[in-house]
Amino acid sequence: MQSVENKEKVNKKGQRLVSADYILFEAPREKHFMTGSEAVKEAVKRASVDASVSYPITPQSEAAHLIGELWAEGYVGVYFRGENEFGVMSEVAGAAMAGARVITTTSGPGTLRAFENFPMWSGTRIPVQLVLMARGVNAPLSIQPDNLEVDFLLDTGCMIWYAENVQELFDMIIAGFAVAEQPDVHVPVITAVDGFFVSHTREAIYLPPDDIALEPYNPYKSPMPVIDAEVPPGRFLRDPFVMKSNYISYATHASWQWEVRSAIERSRPYAKHYLKGLIEEFGDKDGDVVFVACGTAASQAKEATRVLLDKGIAAKVVKLKTIRPFPVEEVLEATKNAKYIFVPEFNVVGWLERELRKVLYKKSNAEIIGTPRVAGGMTMPTEVVVKEVLENIK
Amino acid sequence: MSFKIYKVNEALRDVVPQEVIDLEEKATWGDPKRSVMQIPTHKELLEEHSLCAGCPEAAAIRYILASLPNPEDTIIVNSTGCTSLVFPHISLHTVHSLFGNQNSVASGIKRVLEYRFPDKVKDVVVLAGDGATVDIGLDYTLQSFFRQEKITTICFDNEVYANTGGQESGLTPKGHVFKMAPKGKQFEKVPMWQLAIDSGCHYVARLTVSSPKRVEKVIKEAIYVAREVGPTYVHLYTPCILEIGLNSDDGLEEMRARDKERFKFFEYKTPEAEEVLAKYKEEGLL
Ligand SMILES: Cc1ncc(C[n+]2csc(CCOP(=O)(O)OP(=O)(O)O)c2C)c(N)n1
Ligand code: SF4
Ligand SMILES: [Mg+2]
Repeated sequence: MQSVENKEKVNKKGQRLVSADYILFEAPREKHFMTGSEAVKEAVKRASVDASVSYPITPQSEAAHLIGELWAEGYVGVYFRGENEFGVMSEVAGAAMAGARVITTTSGPGTLRAFENFPMWSGTRIPVQLVLMARGVNAPLSIQPDNLEVDFLLDTGCMIWYAENVQELFDMIIAGFAVAEQPDVHVPVITAVDGFFVSHTREAIYLPPDDIALEPYNPYKSPMPVIDAEVPPGRFLRDPFVMKSNYISYATHASWQWEVRSAIERSRPYAKHYLKGLIEEFGDKDGDVVFVACGTAASQAKEATRVLLDKGIAAKVVKLKTIRPFPVEEVLEATKNAKYIFVPEFNVVGWLERELRKVLYKKSNAEIIGTPRVAGGMTMPTEVVVKEVLENIK
Repeated sequence: MSFKIYKVNEALRDVVPQEVIDLEEKATWGDPKRSVMQIPTHKELLEEHSLCAGCPEAAAIRYILASLPNPEDTIIVNSTGCTSLVFPHISLHTVHSLFGNQNSVASGIKRVLEYRFPDKVKDVVVLAGDGATVDIGLDYTLQSFFRQEKITTICFDNEVYANTGGQESGLTPKGHVFKMAPKGKQFEKVPMWQLAIDSGCHYVARLTVSSPKRVEKVIKEAIYVAREVGPTYVHLYTPCILEIGLNSDDGLEEMRARDKERFKFFEYKTPEAEEVLAKYKEEGLL
């Protein structure tokens, strides 16, 4: 993970090829003002992306258009509009198997249409990056922010990261490739943001210059043979199905699945490095009111801590940057003095509350309160967060 | 590519079955003129594959593998089904991904290989059953044709979902009784070869695999046209002898009977395809 600045290496767009460390931590940054979709473009422009396939769905369409523009400008190798999200996710899978660094984007119904592909991606050990701009799923139809779909993705064997804002989205996309492509990780990464709140909101963002780009993906470091007929073994079915009715087949399939989960576990040190920790803490370190949240729910909780402070209540936010792997140790440590843990979420089922209860079971005496919970496009005003706290603490 | 990628690992050579060693030693790499005539002396498919004894799909796969003009740089994408069971038993880079997504995966592979290796010829061939190609995967099959992906799609039409136990497929002839069609199929066999033409394929053929030499010619033409012009489609009748109640030595007779009716040889080429094929003929490759 050392940063190498190689002055010799330049891509065909004249960008100097640099390490993720250099882009994320060392390159000078300048302030810009842009939406999440535009931040995706800026990240892809600096990420030496070989291939992307897109399909329209609000709110991710603009990000996908902008990747297309980068292709037209020569920054991305292969780009086209696929036939639907199932096709798109299979097209990017093929692209990754053939040795490409790949990114794609989708939202809500698109995620569900594509679903069979996600466990296939992880089982195939391809480091595809999916930028997920979460929105509600049918029925009834909604295009509004709602992250229920993330719940469905939790056990697909993909890493799942959650960016709070435009800045974090940019940085996570670069870090996503750096972590997913580690030979001992090499599973897909889903970089989630809340649709509209991040995709469409213009914010201040600090960007490194665009005359540098991430060193290209080296497919020959992949733990699985690349499907390009350049490397052994030649007699190779990707992925070997193990469906004979015997114990060895069952055990192979089981260990294959465990290995995918282990790969996610092995991503921890890399993710810690490139994301500067799997969680971020905000507010009064010793506050006994703790919010555990991700995405823009964390932003709203941060605002709430300021209001609560005015009312004499010490509160803090534990923002999760990764959901898979789940930052177990970090959360245990950060909530050890909590009396009340609030889990504000943008979905009706409270998947983050459920995840948290699993981790804290028998390890915390705090009262866990899964509120406020909004969905279907409802916003989460600070006052609502504060009101929930005031009503629930004694 | 390097021919070394097909070498049996030296450390394992004394324990791997002779058949597997034969896949390396009796292979015919690096010769675009290789042909089905070499099948008796060369090795393309392990005998211990997992298809039923006498399944015409096994014969078809041997003919196809022996006909590939560029096996050392050919990637086959398959789909779930009986068709896919042979792929662990051959010596090519192959992909099994999901049931029905084969043309999408192949599109991604082909485009990236063209991007990564602009100066090399890398053929991408899809090989899937009728259920995979025409029912669950129809969208992806046709869309890859619309997009003019430079891949060859081969459908092993056994007119049934064989691998799941003999259910009606869109390619089952009307009236035929199979599982899930207990009163007989209610609609006509889908004319996939015609859909392929209408969807932009530059070479389309429909045939049984009763004649190895004809299969060879069709496969070579389909691959050369896909390489230079655009999508090509080959529709092969490979009867499921198990589901239609035939003995293991009845496959050939069944195909010969169908040669005269619904699988009568049919071929279509666009003018661009004709041009390319004339060129390859001149070079002695056809
Ligand atoms: C999404 C999905 N649906 C259904 C199946 C079950 N399935 C596996 S193989 C198969 C039949 C394949 O039929 P076909 O493509 O005609 O190939 P054949 O077995 O006849 O060679 C089916 C339905 C599956 N694997 N995945
Ligand atoms: S079930 Fe039918 S198609 Fe499948 S291997 Fe047996 S004969 Fe061949
Ligand atoms: Mg079939």
